[in-house]
Amino acid sequence: MNEHYDAIVIGAGHNGLVAAATLAAAGRRVLVLEGRDTLGGVAGTEEVWPGYRVDSGATDAALFQDEIVRKLDLARHGLKFETSPALLLAPQPDGRALTLWRDEARTVQEIARFSARDAERWPAFARQVARMAGLLRGMLLLAPPDLSALRGGDLMGWAPLALRLKRLGGDDMMELMRVLPMAARDYLDEWFESDALKGALGGSAVVGATLGPRGAGTNLGFFYQNLGGLLEQRFVAGGMGRLAEALAAAARERGATIRTGAAVARVLVEGDPEPAAVGVELAGGETIRAAVVLSNADPRRTLFDLVGPQHLEPETMRHVRNIIYRGSTARVNLALSGLPEFAGASDPAQLGGRIRVSPSLDTIERAYDAAKYGRYSERPYLEIVIPTLREPSLAPAGHHMLTITALYAPYALRDGDWDGQSAAFGETVLDVLEGVAPGVRATMLHCQVVTPLDLERRYGLTEGSIYHGQMGLDQMLVMRPIPGWSRYETPLRNLYLCGAGAHPGGGVTGAPGYNAARAVLSR
Amino acid sequence: MPLPTPFHSRTSAVCDSYEWRNWSGYLSAGLYEPSHEREYYAIRNSAALIDVSPLYKYEVTGPDAARLVDRVITRDVTRQKIGQVYYTPWCDSAGKVIDDGTVSRLAADHFRITSADPNGRWFQDVGYGLNATVTNVSDDLAALALQGPRSRAILEEVVDGIDFGQLNYFHLAQGTVDGFPLTVTRTGYTGDLGYELWVRPEHAERLWDCLMERGSRHGILPAGILALDVARVEAGLVMIAVDYVSSHHAVIESQKSSPYEIGLGWAVAPGKGDFIGRRALLAEREKGSAWTFVGVQYDWRALERLYAEEDLPPGVAGRASRSAVPVYEQASGNRAQIGHITSHAFAPILKQYVGIGQLLTPHAPMGGRVDVEVTVEFKRKLCPATIVPTPFFDPPRKRG
Repeated sequence: MNEHYDAIVIGAGHNGLVAAATLAAAGRRVLVLEGRDTLGGVAGTEEVWPGYRVDSGATDAALFQDEIVRKLDLARHGLKFETSPALLLAPQPDGRALTLWRDEARTVQEIARFSARDAERWPAFARQVARMAGLLRGMLLLAPPDLSALRGGDLMGWAPLALRLKRLGGDDMMELMRVLPMAARDYLDEWFESDALKGALGGSAVVGATLGPRGAGTNLGFFYQNLGGLLEQRFVAGGMGRLAEALAAAARERGATIRTGAAVARVLVEGDPEPAAVGVELAGGETIRAAVVLSNADPRRTLFDLVGPQHLEPETMRHVRNIIYRGSTARVNLALSGLPEFAGASDPAQLGGRIRVSPSLDTIERAYDAAKYGRYSERPYLEIVIPTLREPSLAPAGHHMLTITALYAPYALRDGDWDGQSAAFGETVLDVLEGVAPGVRATMLHCQVVTPLDLERRYGLTEGSIYHGQMGLDQMLVMRPIPGWSRYETPLRNLYLCGAGAHPGGGVTGAPGYNAARAVLSR
Repeated sequence: MPLPTPFHSRTSAVCDSYEWRNWSGYLSAGLYEPSHEREYYAIRNSAALIDVSPLYKYEVTGPDAARLVDRVITRDVTRQKIGQVYYTPWCDSAGKVIDDGTVSRLAADHFRITSADPNGRWFQDVGYGLNATVTNVSDDLAALALQGPRSRAILEEVVDGIDFGQLNYFHLAQGTVDGFPLTVTRTGYTGDLGYELWVRPEHAERLWDCLMERGSRHGILPAGILALDVARVEAGLVMIAVDYVSSHHAVIESQKSSPYEIGLGWAVAPGKGDFIGRRALLAEREKGSAWTFVGVQYDWRALERLYAEEDLPPGVAGRASRSAVPVYEQASGNRAQIGHITSHAFAPILKQYVGIGQLLTPHAPMGGRVDVEVTVEFKRKLCPATIVPTPFFDPPRKRG
């Protein structure tokens, strides 16, 4: 094939597909190249055992931007969201369970069983989080300004945000500046006394990170996860893979070509004295040229493996080398012969949202302690969803799937390797699960453990980092992916980053892909 | 506290001046005798032995060694023959000089680099992703410079296995002294006939003893930094942190210099493949450099007059000065400053007062006349000077 494209998108993760569809909608000739046989990457749905399908990574699309849904007309392409009345179930070791509902009054009532004081404070807390999240939400679809060469135009988009910040009033603004860099634990301690409540909330602060809730900046993670609303969640009907399918359909309808099983081996670099990306070479040796290349792969994989450090200035190379990936998120998928019974949850409706096994912030912090020293948690913190409650078709009739996200399973183990310890870690997760869902082991038909090493091998996530780089204070906004390169361009001319490694970061937002495409279009 | 070099037992025994300098953390003799004059004349008339062990030394090895070195330095490594030594600067990505030193090609995939500052991290980072290893061998190699017209004769008596008649300027050879191996490079920092000798530290003292013993009838003298400094100004050789500021140490942009601006444009090969700083250097070559490296020769009679005005004889003979002085446009009403002289010295072999520095390019034509500031009795005065070619002193024996 010797066709020439306007743009090549490396990787058909959801961000790559958003970028492709957005570029195609603007009339660009786009080619998407995906190494795997399925679309969506870690925002996909895959059959793990015959008749059992499971979301490969992300299970929640609460942060997916409505502007993208509208612009790409994704509803027409089959995208449908579903919500559950229960937002979160937090089973406790004493056999009780705290359920947080979409209905605030019901939640307040529920919290009162644990702390009357906390119940009273909940509405004010929810209002503060909503206010701050509402403000921060505006930054998702804005490219951070280039601080080293401030141009008025870069800041234009930020003006309404600044205005809203100003309108917040002095006190609220100070409060926002105060709480964002805090440790989530300190923030939650300011509001609440109940360990059950704080533990349930605290899980949001450490998603995708190798950090405990006592870590500075984890409150930023907490707010990021709640940008769509406090504990808000939104499932994609039919499984997360349907989002990728809708995006692919939108892209194809606008003329984009999507090839699967077409792994990119390297980005072609030409030009003297100013080198630029001119296309890609596939693993099979085929070369395809394009005016611009967008990479949905993470920054290190893109700039080191696909481009090569020798094409980067040493100062830039250092920044890329220093990006903190440090994945600690493992996934355990269970196929069960029936719906498990969680202690304190007599009504199956309580199981419809997230289930968090984190009875206190300290249990998360202790789980993290092990990861600091290269060991997996003896008592991992678990976040569970049961997709078959909404989508029985994901498993044979009567059977259920449990999708367990387990922290912490550090990519770099001090002793041994993940190939040797994956099964043992799976047992550890089952032990914790059995503690809150007695009898679950007896109903288990299949068990799959996906370690950070598996994530790296399967999806190309450096060090198994599900967010393409930890979302700490030091790797956000103008610092994402590296200082000076937060506007989707890379140090290699005509190469753009369109994945979670770019602003605003990870999660199923579509924002990096959408923003990157717009950066290309505004060249 | 500075550390002793591998030659310390020998240098300290003869350092009558007790004037030690701290050179990169090592004790280095400023001068051995009460005055450095005899040491200087040994460089020019017989042979001087200078302990240069404090230089930083790195080795680059492995299949991609040549690619790594070629990406670091501004000269073309693909043209460097085995056994050839390059003097070269290396730059940051903005084309500003980080450091300068020698690069010896010991084998196709084996290089030895000397530098004034630590550069290990830089070399490793430039080579990141290449199949090559950068090793800091600073402590594994003792180094002596033997400089002066009699240096070859001395080495011919002391070193076995090297035909010094065949060892050309900026080349190297491997030989033995008293049974232990050494590398000889025909290099130096004096602008004279001279060599540098590289040995394992355990052989350092024996090497010193052999050279001093056999060299005595050739007039060999240990020489310190002060004598070397006068010689290198005569040779028009720049010194880091004196004549230019490493871009890694510069506090403001204007302190940085490109190779073109410190007289090393000849060592830039922008036509070779990609290297660090190439784009910026190509652009600078295209549009011209802001600064030009110059040598100036002060008008001796005018200098005498400036001192005479204060009833003093010219107080300039002696040590080289590393204190920069401003240079002004001559005979201009507004006394516009057009640059600075960064090193200046009375050149004994030339009987002239000379300096090197940088002038704004439009003010730096060869033969041009400028005013250089001279302070006499705390009074700032201006001495007329002429822009002249460097090296000020360039004897045929240096290359012969």
